[in-house]
Amino acid sequence: MRRVVVTGLGLVTPLGADVETAWKNIVAAKSGAATITRFDATDFHSNYACEVKPADHEYGFDPGKRVDHKIQRQVDPFIVYGIDAAGQAIEDAGLLDMTEEERFRAGCSIGAGIGGLPGIESESLVLAEKGPKRVSPHFVHGRLINLISGQVSIKYGLMGPNHAVVTACSTGAHSIGDAARMIAMDDADIMLAGGAEGAICPIGIAGFGQARALSTNFRDDPTRASRPWDQDRDGFVMGEGAGVVVLEEYERAKKRGAKIYAEVVGYGLSGDAYHVTAPHPEGSGAYRSMQMAMKKSGLDFGDIDYINAHGTSTPLGDELELGGVRRLFGNAIGTLSMSSTKSAIGHLLGGAGAVESIFCILAMRDQVAPPTLNLDNPSDNCAGVDLVPHQAKQRKIKAVLNNSFGFGGTNASLVMKAV
Amino acid sequence: MANQEEITQRVAALVVDHLGVDAGEVKPEASFIDDLGADSLDIVELVMAFEEEFGVEIPDDAAEKITTVGDAVAYISEHQEG
Repeated sequence: MRRVVVTGLGLVTPLGADVETAWKNIVAAKSGAATITRFDATDFHSNYACEVKPADHEYGFDPGKRVDHKIQRQVDPFIVYGIDAAGQAIEDAGLLDMTEEERFRAGCSIGAGIGGLPGIESESLVLAEKGPKRVSPHFVHGRLINLISGQVSIKYGLMGPNHAVVTACSTGAHSIGDAARMIAMDDADIMLAGGAEGAICPIGIAGFGQARALSTNFRDDPTRASRPWDQDRDGFVMGEGAGVVVLEEYERAKKRGAKIYAEVVGYGLSGDAYHVTAPHPEGSGAYRSMQMAMKKSGLDFGDIDYINAHGTSTPLGDELELGGVRRLFGNAIGTLSMSSTKSAIGHLLGGAGAVESIFCILAMRDQVAPPTLNLDNPSDNCAGVDLVPHQAKQRKIKAVLNNSFGFGGTNASLVMKAV
Repeated sequence: MANQEEITQRVAALVVDHLGVDAGEVKPEASFIDDLGADSLDIVELVMAFEEEFGVEIPDDAAEKITTVGDAVAYISEHQEG
């Protein structure tokens, strides 16, 4: 099997719309959570979220930088975030000037969990109020999940595999894992891989609220709401944004002198076969997903220095995941650090696994484990595990594991290591 | 009832907004597809916007004949209700 490395990164997050800004704010323990500004959420289950900030904000997002005005009008925010993150990644990798032959072998695997919820909501209202002849002709292809991959392939002329994963909150990790396999299996030499989400809209907040998934107790200070493993955690905080990496076949990357961030060495997938929203009570799916990724990686458990947990700040999930890590890693859990960056940027749903994989890569680059915010009183069964509370921690990080789990009982784990 | 000049200005504003082109490019003879980068769906959307803005109905067979900015202004001038 061919080796696969990461040679480019792109991020749009609630704490910054480029890789360095977002990472700097993550390491500085900032929170992206605040009262929702997109609509009046006063009467909703939760009135706070981690929104991508407007262009005039200190770390805001300027959609005009990489996305044409016309396309911005036609598509949902998740597609705009995805196009921009993909653009950052391909620029970072130095691959803007590929030949046609190279572009035949370069593809996209950028998914989302939900897709264009804000646009589905608003055009449904147009349909109800004004009738079918007022629905936008761009309605369908401006909302479809695979249209990040579609738009990016058109913009950059990428004619290789064009794929889009839809596995709820594990989309980003599955996207990278699947794309890495396409390169390993010689279907492509280069893949833009990742995930995006933009579902902070009335129907999105209402829907997750009704599913009893959202944090609701922190209206007075939303920055305290996302608190994985803390005893006062009460649900996740919705985030939005995108993460995209450039994956490249190792020999090719080496030959062209590319900057190599990391090698993707392990990928695991599993299903809980248990419940649509609740995790398996023994964390069985999570355990098997991590186990498969570790086995594929050829690494020992003691080699993993950092785990970026799924850790959404929900009452059930956080401890079950930790239990799975403890069972799988045994004594090696004592030497690693494990944190949840969802404490800072919320849950990016389909974007989460990709954004967090990028944080894992940066943790290796800078030898620093990003913190778990608000971890004031860890749950009882967290003893003996470094969950990096409150502040980032300088430490050796040579290999990392990233977990993502989604509704439907879908699980993905990625193992990456420094080259 | 809007006069020709006012219609031209309002049409131009819609074209700039929908197609993301510079106002200077939106001349009467400019073709939506050949000069302003529109595709067939963009024209469907523009025609919808004209209908909303001016309260006119533009049937599909008439919409097919609107290929330039000037065509749109002329159609709206003739058919708007006063």
